[in-house]
Amino acid sequence: MKYIKQVLGGDLRQYTMVLALAALIIIFNITSGGRMLTSSNFQNLLSGNAYVLVLALGMLMVIVIGQIDLSVGSVAGFSGMVMALVARDFNLPWWLAVLVALAIGVIVGAWQGLWVAKLGIPGFITTLGGMMILRGGVIWISKSISVPAPAELKLFGAGYLPEWGPAFTGMNNSTLLLGIIAIAAFALTQLQKRARSVSVTGTKEPLWAVVVRIILVGAVICYFTWLFGSGRPGTSFPVPGLILVILIIIYHTITERTKFGRHIYAVGGNKSAAALSGVNVQRTYFLTMLNMSFLAALAGIMFVGRSTAAGPSDGAGWEMDAIASVFIGGAAVSGGIGTILATMVGGIVMAVLNSGLMLMGVGADRTQVIKGFVLLAAVAFDVYNKVHGRSSIIGRLFPDKETKLNEGNPAGSDS
Amino acid sequence: MENPLILQMQSITKVFPGVRALDDVTLEVRRGEIHAICGENGAGKSTLMKVLSGVYPYGTYEGRIIYMGSEMTFKNIKESENAGIAIIHQELTMIPELSITENIFMGNEVVKHGLIDWDAARHLTKELLERVGLTIDPDTQIKHLGVGQQQLVEIAKALSKNVKLLILDEPTSALNEADSENLLGLMRDLKTKDISCIMISHKLNEIAAISDAVTVIRDGHTVDTYAVEAGNVDEDRIIRSMVGRSIENRYPEHESHPGEIIFEVSDWCVEDPRVAGRLVCKNSSFYVRAGEIVGFAGLMGAGRTELMRSIFGRNYGNYLGGTIKIKGKQVRITSVASAIKSGIAYVPEDRKNLGLNLIDTIRKTIVSANLKAIKRGGLLNADEEFRAAEEYRKSLNIKASSVDIGVNTLSGGNQQKVVLGKWMFTEPEILILDEPTRGIDVGAKYEIYRLIHALANQGKAVILISSELPELLGMADRIYTIFEGKVTGVLDRREADQEVLMRRMTDTSATGSKSGKDGNAS
Repeated sequence: MKYIKQVLGGDLRQYTMVLALAALIIIFNITSGGRMLTSSNFQNLLSGNAYVLVLALGMLMVIVIGQIDLSVGSVAGFSGMVMALVARDFNLPWWLAVLVALAIGVIVGAWQGLWVAKLGIPGFITTLGGMMILRGGVIWISKSISVPAPAELKLFGAGYLPEWGPAFTGMNNSTLLLGIIAIAAFALTQLQKRARSVSVTGTKEPLWAVVVRIILVGAVICYFTWLFGSGRPGTSFPVPGLILVILIIIYHTITERTKFGRHIYAVGGNKSAAALSGVNVQRTYFLTMLNMSFLAALAGIMFVGRSTAAGPSDGAGWEMDAIASVFIGGAAVSGGIGTILATMVGGIVMAVLNSGLMLMGVGADRTQVIKGFVLLAAVAFDVYNKVHGRSSIIGRLFPDKETKLNEGNPAGSDS
Repeated sequence: MENPLILQMQSITKVFPGVRALDDVTLEVRRGEIHAICGENGAGKSTLMKVLSGVYPYGTYEGRIIYMGSEMTFKNIKESENAGIAIIHQELTMIPELSITENIFMGNEVVKHGLIDWDAARHLTKELLERVGLTIDPDTQIKHLGVGQQQLVEIAKALSKNVKLLILDEPTSALNEADSENLLGLMRDLKTKDISCIMISHKLNEIAAISDAVTVIRDGHTVDTYAVEAGNVDEDRIIRSMVGRSIENRYPEHESHPGEIIFEVSDWCVEDPRVAGRLVCKNSSFYVRAGEIVGFAGLMGAGRTELMRSIFGRNYGNYLGGTIKIKGKQVRITSVASAIKSGIAYVPEDRKNLGLNLIDTIRKTIVSANLKAIKRGGLLNADEEFRAAEEYRKSLNIKASSVDIGVNTLSGGNQQKVVLGKWMFTEPEILILDEPTRGIDVGAKYEIYRLIHALANQGKAVILISSELPELLGMADRIYTIFEGKVTGVLDRREADQEVLMRRMTDTSATGSKSGKDGNAS
């Protein structure tokens, strides 16, 4: 157990959900007769869920500040529809239409941010209003009819990376390059971190632990590189997936390593204390709500690109998937707690459930039921652990020697 | 005339995994006695009270509790309450949106024909309130009451349950002098009605003033217990047994060398944000020199905190007028961020609600008011953060195994050190400390005092707000007094004593000190 801890970096709690995810994938792969872990299934899984995960990025920040945004589905639908309409009716080039859609996201976000930040209206109410207004708006401007979108957008919604270079690699070389970059980046940051830790903390992780960690993570990346890259010719790691990865890196950095990110957690944890530490609470609220709607517009564009047309009911119910992802990822309803990476794992758990149950032939109705129970179970597990101070499933499977001793002899030693 | 024993706790031992919280503790309380329990934080006082009140049920501890002549085996709080034992907790537990009547009879409703008889309940409430010396409408919502009044309502609630033994956990830690006096008076009054009180307190002067017996607990052991004559308690003996060594002087020696005036506030006026036209600060003017410790005395609700928070970037109330000069230059401070930038730091009185984000770790808290300082290449740098936090953990002697520990797990004294570290990290010129030693034990207080001296020695201007007059007299070079939003005077440390201060805090013209109670808005 001690060795596992050293490899994983001490805090086992965060790996609970990752482990659950891995187990889920393997179980589905077995029950579906090997159809889960195929190139095409994972390519579809990623490009078919990227837009929800993009929403979850913004939703995490909204939930961390202690608010909620119910309007994201409607904002996505509305921006996508406006984009399709301006491209068709005013003959705007596709990129200009995209900018118009993003601008709408920003404007809606600013509008909702003003209500929340300046007037102090709870986000729940503000965005419930926004949800109704914009859903009505989509149906109104589209006259309830789907509108075809510019063909160029397909790249963002369902496109693949280009083919190039030698064929002997046996897979899509763009994907291979991405995989190599990922492994190199991971190895480099790990080694750098270890090198720096001496001068900072005075302690040094054993080299073998770092190396084992790099090898393990590297193997996982290798496998997925191969999985995504070895599909039928012309396919690769999907473009929406790449957009998502870039956004994850950006938002992970924002939340973990910028002042604004710290302010989000400070405001969510204790608003009054944050204000007395020099945090502009209103500004933090405003920017977080603004960012959410911006990402919603982006998600809307990606979805329209994938389905090649904007429909009047696009985005209905997306807010719920995004919110569920955030909470499965361990965020606190009361705000202040939650991370981008855990949220992404939560979102992927939902996506894998969707995909796996579909492969097993479970209908959409029962899938919904199961997802509901999973959400409850995940959050209940989290709450239970917090109350009882247990770290994780792993901690339970491999109790330390000390904890075992204490459990066997609750009165403690008499020495 | 010895009253009979009402409570005997014999050889109580309570073990938590790995810790012996109580080890063979004995406590004896006589009827109609005020029994003080002293001890540093973590000494086991609260654990003992939890054993007594059934929070830790019978069977989870060793030893016997004999109460009113028979052995008690409480399984929960309800059973101890039925037996007439009530605890008034440090944190008040009433529901702010409900009325006094509703709170007093919560869980104990006056029922007639299956419905609550509000008229009877209201009538009973009125009687109970009179017994604790309150003359307010029983329909008043709790949120409109000051802390002192809320505490009295809590006691009224205990009385409604026919209490025989009242346990008060740090009853005066959140009260001003006038309310504390009032509460102690009430305890004396209860004593004449044969109600016994156990009081846990850090305030030795109060213990000295009213208790009949003192038990000192240290590290889970009873180290000293003796009967005393109220008004004739040897404070030094208590301190000696609490810390296991004698503290010669409760306030460390310090000689200040004030320099130039570096902070000057003139004609500061602030309006109550809730009541238009009501001024909480009226033309307040004061100044602080470099290296000087300036005290602010005033009853709770006098506007000390409001004044400071308003100066600190208009964090409270509506600013109406006034100027701030730092090092002779007039500055315009309109936000907390600009106040920090101008070199002001404010350590709030309410550590848990205003000072800390309790879900953060030590390292995140220390840097939280000065994130700029840990930026490298545009991004926050975890190594710089660790270095900064580690530096303060060591220099401030914060007792935690690492800086990745959550601040919610620390004791009050260590939490306060974290808050001080957070503000020292902003490298301020002017430090405003609002009740910096509230609710922390004697040993940690001493460390904080030394820290304040060290800051003054570095040439910082220190403003110290405190409700404990001995603390101000022991620490401050000069003391301003505030009454109802007005600065009523300034005294040099040498010419000040408790009486003079109290007279100015109640504005000589006003008789007695009742006014503080009603003006208690926070």
